[in-house]
Amino acid sequence: MTDAGGGDGASPADGAADAATARPDGGTGSTDGAGFGIYEGEFGAGEVPPEYETESYVEEHRGIADRVIRTLLDDRLALAGGLVVVAFVVIAVFAPYVAPYGPEETFAFMKPPLTSSATGSGEAFHLLGTDSFGHDILTRVVYGARVSLLVALATVAVAFSIGTTIGIVAGFYGGWVDSVLMRYVDFQWAFPEIILGVGIIAVMGGLGVVNVVIAIGIAFIDDFARIIRGEVLSIREEEYVTAARAVGMGDARIMFKEMLPNAVAPLIVQATLMIPLAILAEASLSFLGLGVKPTTPTWGLLISGGRQFISQAPWISVMPGLAIMLVVLGFNTFGDGLRDAFDISQSEVE
Amino acid sequence: MWRYILKRVAHSVFVMWLVATTVFFGLRAIPGGPVRAMLGQEATPEAVAALRERLGLDQPLPVQYVDWMGDMLTLEFGRSIVSSERVGTIVAQAAPKTFSIAAIGVAIGLLVAIPAGVVGATRRNEPADYAATVGAFLGVSMPSFFVGILLAIVFGVWLDWLPIVGYTPLSEGVVPWFGSILLPAVAVGLPYAAGVTRMMRSALLETLDAAYMRTAVAKGVGGRVRLYKHAMQNALIPVVTVAGIQLALVLGGSVTVELVFSIQGLGRVLVNSILERNYPVTQVAILLVSGVFVFMNLLVDITYTAIDPRIRYGGENA
Repeated sequence: MTDAGGGDGASPADGAADAATARPDGGTGSTDGAGFGIYEGEFGAGEVPPEYETESYVEEHRGIADRVIRTLLDDRLALAGGLVVVAFVVIAVFAPYVAPYGPEETFAFMKPPLTSSATGSGEAFHLLGTDSFGHDILTRVVYGARVSLLVALATVAVAFSIGTTIGIVAGFYGGWVDSVLMRYVDFQWAFPEIILGVGIIAVMGGLGVVNVVIAIGIAFIDDFARIIRGEVLSIREEEYVTAARAVGMGDARIMFKEMLPNAVAPLIVQATLMIPLAILAEASLSFLGLGVKPTTPTWGLLISGGRQFISQAPWISVMPGLAIMLVVLGFNTFGDGLRDAFDISQSEVE
Repeated sequence: MWRYILKRVAHSVFVMWLVATTVFFGLRAIPGGPVRAMLGQEATPEAVAALRERLGLDQPLPVQYVDWMGDMLTLEFGRSIVSSERVGTIVAQAAPKTFSIAAIGVAIGLLVAIPAGVVGATRRNEPADYAATVGAFLGVSMPSFFVGILLAIVFGVWLDWLPIVGYTPLSEGVVPWFGSILLPAVAVGLPYAAGVTRMMRSALLETLDAAYMRTAVAKGVGGRVRLYKHAMQNALIPVVTVAGIQLALVLGGSVTVELVFSIQGLGRVLVNSILERNYPVTQVAILLVSGVFVFMNLLVDITYTAIDPRIRYGGENA
C-alpha cells in the first residue's frame, strides 16, 4: 500500500489486499523499464515518423502487450484463473451444445448427483442431479452461466461508460465541475452497493435483465469515476494534451481520443475485477427475488429455488453456488494477475 | 481533534440529508407515481385522487418535501399499506435482528481476520500463510448467502447443532439468542474476514519492511514488542479503513442471509416492501439502513483519531 500511512483515510486503494504479496509464488515478474511511452505510439496519431522506425522502437512498441502476456504466462495462479474464465465463457456461448438436455426438459424430482432417471426412451444421466422441478441441474447451471456472465458484462459496460465519463469530465475541467461530480461519487462510494441496487430496483419497479443491469451498473460507477479522474489529473499537463489543445482540438476529442486511451490500463484491470463483483451482485438480487424474471435460469435463482430443500436435496443449492464460486475465483485471480502484469500499483485500482 | 470529529459529524449529517432527498425524489420519479404502483393499473381515477390526497401527494412539491422531511425527523413514518401497522413498529421489530447479526458477524470476522493476517505476514510462505491466503481468496469469492446455505447444511442439517430457521430474541436468554444468530453471523462474517485478512497481511508485510523496523532491531527492541508495538500500530491504519468500508458487505450480506435463515430482519422488510410496493415501509427501511451505515462510517473515522497520531495532533490536514 503506497499510501498505507497517508492521511487519505478512505482511499479506495485499501479496498483489496495487495495482490503481489497475497500471491504465494510472488509472481510479479519484472515489469519495470521498457516502454512506458508506449501508449502514445499505440493510440496516437497513427503514423510513425520515419526516424522512429528503428529496431529498438519496434521492440519497445511491441513491449507492453508482450510484457503483459509474458508476465501472465509466468503467473500460474492467474493463468489458471484465466483458463477458468475462458471455460465459463465457452460454456455460456455454446450452452445449447454443452448442456446435456434442454433447459425446460424435466425428469424425476430431486435425483442426487451421479444418478440416472428413467425417461421414455431409456435413461438420462444427471451429473449434478435434478432439482425440485425435475430440471437437470447441470443443464440449468450451464444456461445460468449465460445469464450471469451476460448480465455481469453488460453491468460493467454500463458502469464503465457512465463512470468513465464522469471521472474524465471531472478531472479535465476541475474546479466546481470536479467538486460537484466527485461529491456525488463520494456519496455513492460511501454506500453499500447492494442496498443501492435494491433501492434503484425499487424505484424502477418490475423485474428483468435490463433493470438488473441498470441497477448494478449505476451502483458501480463510482469505482470507475475515481480511477479515471486520478489518471486524468496526472496526465492533464502532459505535452501531447497541450499539443492537442494548440492544434485546436475540441475538449471532447481531447478527453476521449487523447486522454482516455492513455488511462486505459487501470480501467481494464478494474473492469476485470468488477466482473466478479457484478456476478455476485446479480446473484444476490436474483436470490432475493429482485433480479431477473423467475423463469430465467440464473445462478442466484437456482440457489434460491433449492433453499427450502436443503435437508432433502442440498445439491440443488450447492451446485449453482459452486459455479458462482469457481467463476468468481477465476476472475479474481486473473484480475489480480493482470494488475501485476500491467504493474499498476494498488493505489490506482481497488 | 475535536474539529476533525465535528467536521466528520457535519459531513455525515449532510450525507443523510442527501440520502433522504434522493429517496424522496426517487419515489416520486416512479413511472405513474407511487399511487399508481400501489393501487395497480385498474384503479379508478377517484381512488387514485383519494389516496393522493391522503398521502399529501396533491400538494406542491416543495410543500411535500418540507412536510415529508418534518415527518421523517419527528419519526412520523405513517402506516404500512399492506397491514396498516405503524411503520415505526415494523422497523423497530426488525432492526434488532439485523443489528445482532451484523454486530456478531463483524466481531467474528475481526477475530478470524486479524490473527490470520498476522500469521500470514509473520510466517510468510509457510503452510499457515498459504492456508490463510487460500482461505481469504475463497472467502472473497463466495456470496454470503451461499456461505449461509453451506453452514445451514453442515451445522443445521447434518450435525443438527444449531437451528436454521428463525430468530430468538435476547429476552429469551443469551444462549438461545446467540444460537439463533450464530450461523447467519458467521455467514456474513466470513466474506468480511476474507477482505480484512488480505489487507492485514499486506499492510503488516509492508510495515515489517519499513526502515524504522530495522532501526528497532538495531536498537535491540525485542521481537514481540517490535511486532505488536511498532509494526501493528502502523499496519492497523489501512486495516481500519478496509474494516470500515467492508461493513457495507456485512449489511448487504445480512439482507440475503436473513432470507436463508428465515429471519424477519431489516433486509426482509426492505425486500418484501419492495415486492409488495409498500412504499411507506420501503422509504423508512432504506433510510434506516443508510443511517446505520453512515453512522458506522463516522465511528470508523473517529476510530482513526484513536490510532493515528497524525490526526490526533495534526487535526485539519489529516
